[in-house]
Amino acid sequence: MSLTAENISLRLAGFDALRGVSLKASAGDVTVIVGPNGAGKSSLLKVLMGDISSSSGHVELNQRPLTEWHSQKRAKVLAALPQESTLNFPFTASEVVSLGRIPHQTGVQRDAQIVAEALAKVDAAYLQKRFYTQMSGGERQRVQLARVMAQIWEPSDLGSRFLILDEPISAFDLAHQQLTLALMRELADQGIGIVLVLHDLNLAARCADRIVILDGGKIAATGTPSEVLTESVIKEVFGVSVRIGVHPMTQTLMVIS
Amino acid sequence: MRYLAPSVCLLGLSLALLLGVCISLKSGVVDVSYADIWRALTSSGHDSHVTRLQTIVFDIRLPRTLLALSVGVILALSGAIMQGLFRNPLADPSLIGVSSGASVGASVAIVLTGGAIQMSGSLGLSLVMTGAFLGGLSATAIVYRLATSEFGTSVTTMLLAGIAITAIAGAINGLLAYFASDSLLRQMSVWQMGNLSTANWYRLIPVVGVMVLLVGLAPRFSRALNALLLGESEARHLGIAVQRVKQQLILITALAIGIAVSVSGLIGFVGLVVPHFVRLLIGPDHRWLLPASALGGGLLLVVADTLARTAASPAELPIGVLTALVGAPWFIVLLIQQRRSV
Repeated sequence: MSLTAENISLRLAGFDALRGVSLKASAGDVTVIVGPNGAGKSSLLKVLMGDISSSSGHVELNQRPLTEWHSQKRAKVLAALPQESTLNFPFTASEVVSLGRIPHQTGVQRDAQIVAEALAKVDAAYLQKRFYTQMSGGERQRVQLARVMAQIWEPSDLGSRFLILDEPISAFDLAHQQLTLALMRELADQGIGIVLVLHDLNLAARCADRIVILDGGKIAATGTPSEVLTESVIKEVFGVSVRIGVHPMTQTLMVIS
Repeated sequence: MRYLAPSVCLLGLSLALLLGVCISLKSGVVDVSYADIWRALTSSGHDSHVTRLQTIVFDIRLPRTLLALSVGVILALSGAIMQGLFRNPLADPSLIGVSSGASVGASVAIVLTGGAIQMSGSLGLSLVMTGAFLGGLSATAIVYRLATSEFGTSVTTMLLAGIAITAIAGAINGLLAYFASDSLLRQMSVWQMGNLSTANWYRLIPVVGVMVLLVGLAPRFSRALNALLLGESEARHLGIAVQRVKQQLILITALAIGIAVSVSGLIGFVGLVVPHFVRLLIGPDHRWLLPASALGGGLLLVVADTLARTAASPAELPIGVLTALVGAPWFIVLLIQQRRSV
């Protein structure tokens, strides 16, 4: 089972945001999209989430065109976390996370249990009764992360589950960055396919099964971290000279600039 | 912080509303005791005292109280829906242009049928109602069309279009007022201040009907509105058919407000402040917010109407003025308390 984009092109306001991009995110894998600002990362995610329809090419979720999915059924297997959220009503953290259970009919008790577990997973159990509008940026982002996790908490008979995240850790401190990336790995081990945009190449190297490098709306490189994160590729895409080393503890690649 | 558990709030509002309706039936130019109200509603005797009571309670007070109740429910419930739909706690039904359009429609009808109103009160009034209703619905239709493109309906554009339409409507109203004769001008301004004194069973039917429709349909949308507070794409990812929900909600609120405003005139403040007030008490969850706003709006208007009839008796105060006078101080108290707790 997979989430695949085939030959996606997207014209937005007269310029090509994406040009012939293909991507396959398999269930149980962490796929990380990296690239310079304006490379088309968020546009690609929006196409994958079904927020905008591409000018050409198509997206398939579990071997079925995304547009053919009934919206409520799709919500049971595909959750998405946009870059910023506009919620400015005083919901408590528990209420925000319980919105993630809207597509399901699992009952109040089970939902409350899932909400509490999801908040605990993102180290936000202490926020339960606090108001979203009074939280810090990092706390809000953790609550939103718990919300999308609660949405695909249990396996579905509609196929593999996928989670799309646009820069989920941008507002996090170091400890919560580590925690979140470990969490992504844990979810992937449960068979969930993860697609996320990251800016930090080192974090990408540590958590990705596959890396997709976007540049100017096209795919510059794709493969395992050691295949794509090379000195020449990074020089070409980001215009920065770096050295590639090995992390002394995790044995993953390390980009030294 | 939140002050009340939702169930306590709903129970309290229901009891207060019941009490408000009783007091409203009792008070007026002639004070009627509760025993007499009961007798008027139940007995079918022919003695002149009972007949007089029946005229007061059944023909005058009951339709008026029910009208106040229904209009209050419609205004507050539509306000709560609009605030959810626009994700803006300061939105109110006038944002989609329905009130300003209705006001132009009423003014046009008053000016065009100026003679008719003096000749025959009820015909003229029905024409004003029709004018207000058509004006309200066409303004909403224009706002909606302006904001809808192939990508769906943009609430931001809708908000701006609503402001533009309101400005145009204000200008037309001003123009009509400028050229109208003194007596027509007075009618226009009385209509704009809101007035429930024209209540009768015949006018009540459409208002109660659309109120029941709105109250019946609104709960189906509470989860969708909760999801929409997160943002439109977030709601879509949660499986909500956002565009359809928007269309349906705009249609039923425009219809309900159009009918309510055409009978009662412009009664501001209720749609904006009642949901806001309720949200401060019990939080933004629409499963509770919608019923509590409906009850609160009905209560506010019944109380305001009772005051309008009795405060300067035998003269009557405009109800739109009173809703603001009754509601705004409470709201200010809540704002001050909230400022302290933050």
